[in-house]
Amino acid sequence: MPLVDVSHLVKHFVRDAGLFRAGTRVAAVDDVSFSIDEGETFGLVGESGSGKTTTGRCMLRLVEPTSGEVRFRGENLLGFSPGRMREARRQMQIVFQDPYSSLNPRMRARVIVEEPLVIHKLGERAARRERVAELFQLVGLDPAHLERFPHEFSGGQRQRIGLARALALNPSFLILDEPVSALDVSVQAQVVNLLMDLQERLKLTYLFIAHDLRLVEHICSRIAVMYLGKIVELGPAAAIFASPQHPYTRALLSAIPLPDPDAPRHRLVLDPASVNRAAALKEVSTGHWAAI
Amino acid sequence: MADEPLLRVEHLTTVFNLPGGTVPVVDDVSFEIRAGETLGLVGESGSGKSVTALSIMRLVQPPGRVAGGRLLFKGRDLSALDERAMREVRGADIALIFQEPMTALNPVFTIGDQIAETLLVHGRATRAEAAATAVELLDAVRIPDAASRVRDYPHQLSGGMRQRVLIAMALACRPALVIADEPTTALDVTIQAEILDLLRDMKARFHVSLLLITHDLGVIAETVDRVAVMYAGRIVETGPVRPVLRNPNHPYTRGLLASIPGGAPGQRLNAIEGSVPRLGALPSGCAFGPRCPDRFDACTTAPPPDYPTGVDHAAKCYLYNPHSAFRIPHSDASR
Repeated sequence: MPLVDVSHLVKHFVRDAGLFRAGTRVAAVDDVSFSIDEGETFGLVGESGSGKTTTGRCMLRLVEPTSGEVRFRGENLLGFSPGRMREARRQMQIVFQDPYSSLNPRMRARVIVEEPLVIHKLGERAARRERVAELFQLVGLDPAHLERFPHEFSGGQRQRIGLARALALNPSFLILDEPVSALDVSVQAQVVNLLMDLQERLKLTYLFIAHDLRLVEHICSRIAVMYLGKIVELGPAAAIFASPQHPYTRALLSAIPLPDPDAPRHRLVLDPASVNRAAALKEVSTGHWAAI
Repeated sequence: MADEPLLRVEHLTTVFNLPGGTVPVVDDVSFEIRAGETLGLVGESGSGKSVTALSIMRLVQPPGRVAGGRLLFKGRDLSALDERAMREVRGADIALIFQEPMTALNPVFTIGDQIAETLLVHGRATRAEAAATAVELLDAVRIPDAASRVRDYPHQLSGGMRQRVLIAMALACRPALVIADEPTTALDVTIQAEILDLLRDMKARFHVSLLLITHDLGVIAETVDRVAVMYAGRIVETGPVRPVLRNPNHPYTRGLLASIPGGAPGQRLNAIEGSVPRLGALPSGCAFGPRCPDRFDACTTAPPPDYPTGVDHAAKCYLYNPHSAFRIPHSDASR
């Protein structure tokens, strides 16, 4: 059984009617299905507006999905009461993209990391403090800096604080929404390595949402490519990068700028008319699906 | 190609006057841009690459100020011009394309009016001529149906289309040099590819030189002729793009290239240790020293000067000091 199973997930946003305009529904997530195995890093890639972030948020019900199912260890989260959902979130946490805006600037790092423990009423004060110091070390921060404020940390260190906070409740599943894209290039690799180390040590399962395809290829075992709210291709990362099937995936991969001045460049431009929006995913090779 | 470069920046130093003291943000930066070439200025946030661009345009705002150096454009020293003469240069001789196509356009004017304004301000055209030129320029930057799009407001365009409008505006007065500061950073990768293609085409078509500022070595590899790598306000390596990317000399350039994912999937990446030093808290000697895997005694003495490492290729690193007893540990390093 997969750890997480998303099936027929749909999220409509309603654009209110204006004076001269009827209200319209926008399908941000349009019948999306995929499953993530325990211990795996599953990549969700696509450009802005493709629905990848909304899909991640719907999975934690931070955004309420319109319809579909999100099963975690077999149980459908969308039927959970608010209390039960809060309990379930101990197992599933999210790390946001921007370490500058996702940490409260008026709270000390210790308080930020401790907050989930307080909300879930876990442990006495002394035990919580011990746990926070332990989490600081786990993510490679110096416990001597516990009482500092977010602005006293660098971008990479701030993302480590976000990670420590997400790990406070010992979750088994993390949604990483563009976790390194706001960081300096020379610091991204440190955080990526930390994520890989933590996954191994804590047996974590990741949903990695990203637009950096080089990075996704490097750390994900399987990926799904989203285009205008739908998954257009899904399969092992190696298979998709070696032989992309969907025209959008092909255009996307051909647009990655490579830091090699001698790399051959065959830019493919997507003709939106060539995309059959109604095509269903079909298996092109073992585990590799494409909507063509 | 003329012997005299189009733009020669000599010992440019730009400082910020902060409560804690005066902090150099651009520290003794020298480089040149030759006619018809694209120079890439690559660095991380805070490396001083954007402030270098603003310094060239003389647009540094307090608490920042240009504290020294010369900016020779076609042999004329821009730093000696008064504000009025400088205004003649901006847009007409040197144009700047900003990163954020959302904020660089005025939301209450049509894109046609904004392109025409550039021409009118510089007295290059009458109203009717400017309006016609705006359509031609929009067509040149491949905005479909330019004749009607010229009446659109910025909010009616996508991010990629807005960036095309900014390129059209930059080219309106036929400048000799265009400075593009992270022109594709806010865009999706497929749109980025289109804009880079467009910049390359426009460069050839309008005979402009380009200073392209970016943090992405992939963009550098695809677009520029020569590259200057900035770290903590200093240019640490310069050279033609192929040797710099294939055979980087400075340990920082080497580290940046090595940290890019691309090796065997699932392997740990080769991260550079530590983080970028804060402004005003630079280590003595080489600013990269504390993070450098190759550091040795000399590195803490004084900031290293440029050492030639190949044809047109130089690095600010004591590893290349010909008088040093220390030998270069990397067999692949070129000299």
